Amino acid sequence: MSPPTSTRSTLAEALRGWPPPPLDPAGPHAGAVAALSWALFGMFVAVLLVVVAALLVALFGKPAWRRRLAREKAIWIGGLAFPVVVLTALLVWGLTLTRDLTAAPQPGEMRVRVTGEMWWWRVVYLDGEGRAAILDANELHIPAGTPVTLELEAADVIHSFWIPRLAGKLDMIPGRRNILRIQADSPGVYAGQCAEYCGGPHALMGFVVVAHAPAEFERWRAERLAPPAPPPDAFAARGAQLFETAGCGACHRVRGTGAEGLAGPDLSHVGARRSLGAGILPNNHGALAGWIADSQAIKPGNRMPPYRVLSGEELRALAAWLGSRR
Amino acid sequence: MPIRLAAVAGAALFVSSCQETAVQPQPMAGADPARGRRVIEQVGCGACHLIPGVSWPQGRVGPSLDGFGSQALIGGRFPNRPEILARWVRDAPSLAPRTGMPAMPMTEPEARDVAAYLYTLDAR
Repeated sequence: MSPPTSTRSTLAEALRGWPPPPLDPAGPHAGAVAALSWALFGMFVAVLLVVVAALLVALFGKPAWRRRLAREKAIWIGGLAFPVVVLTALLVWGLTLTRDLTAAPQPGEMRVRVTGEMWWWRVVYLDGEGRAAILDANELHIPAGTPVTLELEAADVIHSFWIPRLAGKLDMIPGRRNILRIQADSPGVYAGQCAEYCGGPHALMGFVVVAHAPAEFERWRAERLAPPAPPPDAFAARGAQLFETAGCGACHRVRGTGAEGLAGPDLSHVGARRSLGAGILPNNHGALAGWIADSQAIKPGNRMPPYRVLSGEELRALAAWLGSRR
Repeated sequence: MPIRLAAVAGAALFVSSCQETAVQPQPMAGADPARGRRVIEQVGCGACHLIPGVSWPQGRVGPSLDGFGSQALIGGRFPNRPEILARWVRDAPSLAPRTGMPAMPMTEPEARDVAAYLYTLDAR
């Protein structure tokens, strides 16, 4: 039995490090936000220096300088004109930026609907007519170098979608559809995290974006649309049967089987994900089996009950079947 | 006299060697416990086991590994010896086909590092 190849939980690695991810943009949309952040920071430093200098002059300066500082002109310029001009400019900059980042989808643009759920992400790739083409969860695949429009929704409470290196935060609000545009300039893996407290295991609600080179992305898309492969061996086939008899299909969907549940994450390609449990565990047979047997010990409060009726061998068979759904 | 001395020395050696095996962790030649702990975190052993030194997750599917270094058996069936443990953590089903512990994605040297870390978990 060969273990699956993806063994890294990318989340922890990608949210740490120096420079911090929000200041280390990997695409134009995050870059624009980072530029504004640096401008604000520079402004703050400049104003601080001017104010401290004025204070020092007022306290210890020569009488001539102090008189100058007390003139009405200084108040008009330093106290009114300067803040009004600078703050208005920053406001216009910020609002224009927000408008550009959240503009309505253009025809022909790749669209993906991401729905925040307690405590995972539903990912639906839409075709040209806006119909669901590929269902997935907790991971988003995009072509590098191309803008992708995300339609952000929430199923239950307010969540916030945040991939620090690709875009700013945007809330997911029940009953609303917010548009966010992201772009990764080069292939790579970019981690995200729910940024709005949404109850219990909110801190364990991670997300992974995988940017592929364009040709690689087309291959990925073709794989996802191709008919699903049968179980690779007898052990995995036993897992597939267990999946059916244990009733997993009531909540989970696996393409090409009778499992059509939509309450939980789609598992049609779970074996190909970089992580399990919404960006928190490495993806391998051990973590899969452990999650199925008792996910409550790993992510307390999540909606999946512990499955204590399965024997060790059955758990491994299930993990082998799910690991083969790539 | 020389015979007596030799007997005493022999007895002392015997006693000290007993103490050594009781107190010191089992030898895992050339393996690095610190690296083993990183491997444990990377592959997610904590999904099923409580492992001292690994803060999260602390799974309850398999046994707690607290004090594993002084535990007599692996998986309740095999003597707790380094070479068996290194094989067990990497591919438990090859030793016990009905176990719930799956083969884990790690290399042989990594498995030895993991075993070395587990031998540092001595209940004292």
